[in-house]
Amino acid sequence: MTTVRITDVSKRYGRIDAVSGASFELGQGEMVALIGHNGAGKTTLMKLMLGLVHPTHGSIQVLGEDPAAGQFSARRRLGYLPENVSFDATLTGRETQRFYARLKQEPIAKAEQLLDVVGLGAAVDRRVGTYSKGMRQRLGLAQALIGRPQLLLLDEPTTGLDPELRQTFYEAIQRLAAEGTTVLLCSHALTELEERAGRVIIMNRGVKVADGSLDELRRLAQLPTGSGSKYPALLKARYPPGYPHPRHTGGSTATSSRSMRHRSKRSICCGA
Amino acid sequence: MNAILTITAKEIRQAVRNRWVLAATLLLAALALSLTFLGSAPSGSNVGARPLDVIIVSLSSLTIFLVPLIALLIAHDAIVGDMERGTMLLLLSYPVARWQVLVGKFCGHLAVLAFATCFGYGAAVAALLATGSDMDREGLEAFIAMIASSVLLGAVFIAIGYWVSAQVRDRGTAAGVCIGLWLLLVLVYDMALLGLLVLDKGQNMSGPVLNTLLLLNPTDIYRLLNLTGFANVSAFSGMAGLAGSATLSVRVLVAALALWTLIPLTAASLSFSRREL
Repeated sequence: MTTVRITDVSKRYGRIDAVSGASFELGQGEMVALIGHNGAGKTTLMKLMLGLVHPTHGSIQVLGEDPAAGQFSARRRLGYLPENVSFDATLTGRETQRFYARLKQEPIAKAEQLLDVVGLGAAVDRRVGTYSKGMRQRLGLAQALIGRPQLLLLDEPTTGLDPELRQTFYEAIQRLAAEGTTVLLCSHALTELEERAGRVIIMNRGVKVADGSLDELRRLAQLPTGSGSKYPALLKARYPPGYPHPRHTGGSTATSSRSMRHRSKRSICCGA
Repeated sequence: MNAILTITAKEIRQAVRNRWVLAATLLLAALALSLTFLGSAPSGSNVGARPLDVIIVSLSSLTIFLVPLIALLIAHDAIVGDMERGTMLLLLSYPVARWQVLVGKFCGHLAVLAFATCFGYGAAVAALLATGSDMDREGLEAFIAMIASSVLLGAVFIAIGYWVSAQVRDRGTAAGVCIGLWLLLVLVYDMALLGLLVLDKGQNMSGPVLNTLLLLNPTDIYRLLNLTGFANVSAFSGMAGLAGSATLSVRVLVAALALWTLIPLTAASLSFSRREL
């Protein structure tokens, strides 16, 4: 079953083509990583799927509805975490979560349990204005998970999270995906997501340059497979809080992902 | 619970936390009380002006300046401010229509303003009662009508503030445009109208023309409604002359204020729903 269908979609802001001619489908229970530089069109694609901006060309179907046509009942089954999420500073975390649960017409008690899942703990009754970046991100995740969404759109979900929470977060997402939720993760760092996402879509300057499983992409990019499979055992281990995570501190992985993106752009464009 | 009510409740809670409710109520109460005690001094007690009528005249003049200002202050960043803070992006990803967001906010802000007006001005009546002034039924009716029309005037300016907020790109511009509109509608328009009337010397400006010009400014509608609506009040406000020549009934005036609320609110809703985030 297809959750999201994007057909030849373009979005133009003035003279800039934020997205041009992108087409892809996301199936039920799929976990997809959307990768690209800043300004590659990732956030615009998410906004298009939410109906917050209208496509200049092409059509979008999300959970059986056209989001740009002003229909919004599908949004009840959708969770969204914007990049740099922000909340009203004067409300407490609990009040914020209740507010969003009411808007989605979901049971309040269940939504409040999510605050414990993301580990907000005692901070739930403090005003959001006093929260750190990481705590706001946790609250952002909690609101995105309200009501067992069938589609999760997460824009840079793990910024500001410590390694341990990152781990629990991915576990929660994977559990949801296994239960049939489609998850679209946006990031500019491939290393962060490659182990988890079954499929990777790479955007560059608004154009989809690659789409496939990581192994397929590696083969296309003729990348040594060693660099990607070096750490899975490490990654699966839990890191104590504050422990430097090899994925995000090591310079070597960063270079390899950059060179891969670079190469994939060339070879895959030629191949396709 | 309905989406509109949920948003209304959140707006009220935020206004309470921001001390907006407290500040607006205290400001209006302080001014109303000082007018109650100081305002009757110049007229003396032997002129035959009952204290309540004097208060209505002075409070409605105060309202014309203050209530639009408070309303615009609350309303000017309702849309553009939430967009700048980034909270609008998340809110609109939820199953709510944009007009529901706007109406929810409107109800919340209006409730805040209504609370401040009722309690702020109510303090003046309470003070009068406490000092043992006599109050007749007509005076009290005029006072209640004054409070109700003040809230309606607030609604007009909240709607105008939303319209500005839905149009502009940043909060600073919204604030600037709102201050400009306030100056225009509260001060400049009346002065220009007065100038016109003086220059014209009653030759071309007939009653219907004057009526139309008065209906084009919500603060003038409010002024007509309060200062001419009740015979006693009209005599003390010096508006008796105008009340004689302006032949607009209370019903027309209230309808005009309602239109002044609905049109900017609809315009705000339209330009908000066309806007891309």
